[in-house]
Amino acid sequence: MALIEAKDLRVEFPLYHLAARSLKKSLLARAAVRVRTDEANRVVVSALRDLNFRIESGERVALIGRNGAGKTTLLRSLAGIYEPVGGHLRIEGTIGSLIDPAAGMDQDSTGRENIRLRALYRNLDAAGQAALEQEVVDFAGLGEFIDVPIKGYSAGMSIRLAFAIATAMQPHILLMDEWFMAGDASFMDKAEARLNTLISGADIMVIATHNMDIVRRLCTRAIRLDAGRILADGPVDPIVDEMLAEAG
Amino acid sequence: MLAGPLSDPDVYVFDAAAPRRVEVAREDLRGGFASWRLAWALARLDLRNRYRGSVIGPFWMTLSTLLMLVGLGLLYSRLLGLSLAEYLPHLTVSLVVWNIISAMVTDACTTMTSAEGVIRQLRVPFTVHALRSVFRNGLTAAHSLPLIPLAFIVFGQLPGPEALLAVPGLAILLANSFFASVLLGMICARFRDIAPIVANVMQLAFFLTPILWKPELLKEAAVWLPLNPFYAVLETVRGPLVEGGGQPLVWLAAILYTLALGAVSLAFFVRFRGRLAFWV
Repeated sequence: MALIEAKDLRVEFPLYHLAARSLKKSLLARAAVRVRTDEANRVVVSALRDLNFRIESGERVALIGRNGAGKTTLLRSLAGIYEPVGGHLRIEGTIGSLIDPAAGMDQDSTGRENIRLRALYRNLDAAGQAALEQEVVDFAGLGEFIDVPIKGYSAGMSIRLAFAIATAMQPHILLMDEWFMAGDASFMDKAEARLNTLISGADIMVIATHNMDIVRRLCTRAIRLDAGRILADGPVDPIVDEMLAEAG
Repeated sequence: MLAGPLSDPDVYVFDAAAPRRVEVAREDLRGGFASWRLAWALARLDLRNRYRGSVIGPFWMTLSTLLMLVGLGLLYSRLLGLSLAEYLPHLTVSLVVWNIISAMVTDACTTMTSAEGVIRQLRVPFTVHALRSVFRNGLTAAHSLPLIPLAFIVFGQLPGPEALLAVPGLAILLANSFFASVLLGMICARFRDIAPIVANVMQLAFFLTPILWKPELLKEAAVWLPLNPFYAVLETVRGPLVEGGGQPLVWLAAILYTLALGAVSLAFFVRFRGRLAFWV
């Protein structure tokens, strides 16, 4: 059983390298609601403000909202990368995050070496490493290019490899950004089939996307974020309809 | 597709009111050392990528150290009025070890910033990045260490069995490298002006530490030398190889400096570990 539970979750980004005080002043003077100074007089952006939600096994949640609403930040916080400054977060289950396809890739290494590297990142033993390698090589279908340094890959080939590595293992909780929609047509069918297996195998899925077709097709619940707050949380259709109506 | 772990799911709990920083840091250290194979693989990649396309690769470091030894040896033995046989074994050990220390400290500054892509995307113990920096510099160092026995053989001054004490000396060096990577790696991620300051300090320290000159030349003022932490650490390797041991006071100083650096760096790590993803 997997679970995600957030109480008053708050994440702030400090803007450290504002060199000139005048820049700091002008930024604050424009009175953006989300840029403020904290107790230590640092300029911070409130990326997520007092979020409360509970996601249980079986739920397929879409994070929707405009650019900068906090969707990816929330995904990264759930993945344990950004530590919240306030509130409580509890996550039960192994997390698989499809946030950045190129994370941890070494451009000068071959595809195969990158697969082995990823096996080490995941702390797999020798048998697990061999299985991962076999699985990824088969799925990516790069032929002899698997033994070529990946900086010589075309964009499509990079995506294939990244997708194959990222989706090779079944997590309990699947965190996804919408990057995986890229890729060439011949690969898309295969990729979609793989994603469907992954999604149906996961206890919980959280996806950040702008594509409302995906939301309606895949998700059971939508959380609409705006300026770091939850604007709406509930069944997909009413929330998506409302959002589309507002966008006009 | 491969099946994921089915039993005992990981539980990740974060509570801002009770951040449990010590446990989280301890878990990071434990996980980082358990993934030493990852750090080792990354360090080897770093070395390979740095010297990609180069014919002799990291041996350029060896060659440039060798050239420096010949040039400086000829000049400074004359300036200081010492014979080459007196001077060169000292210079070889000091310069080779100093180059290792200097590279480790300078490299420590980029430990975390160079791993930015990983830190912001994957949940990997930060200790892995520090270990990667230690391994990378250890591997580079292994290419110039053979110059030391070479100099001993050329000048026919083979050290006695006390030379084995250089092994704990190197261990002290590695421990310092790890702590420096954690501390400087984090501080330099937060304050981008620290790296140039460190480079300046290292340049000054090169002249203040007995590398080009021998400690004896200071006469009675040599008692103050253990105050220089670089000297203390350098001497734990140089002493056993050149002086037949090294003074107990220097060993004590080196151990105390290591413990102090370790305490500061771990305290900093415990306190600011959670902020690192926002700093890089």
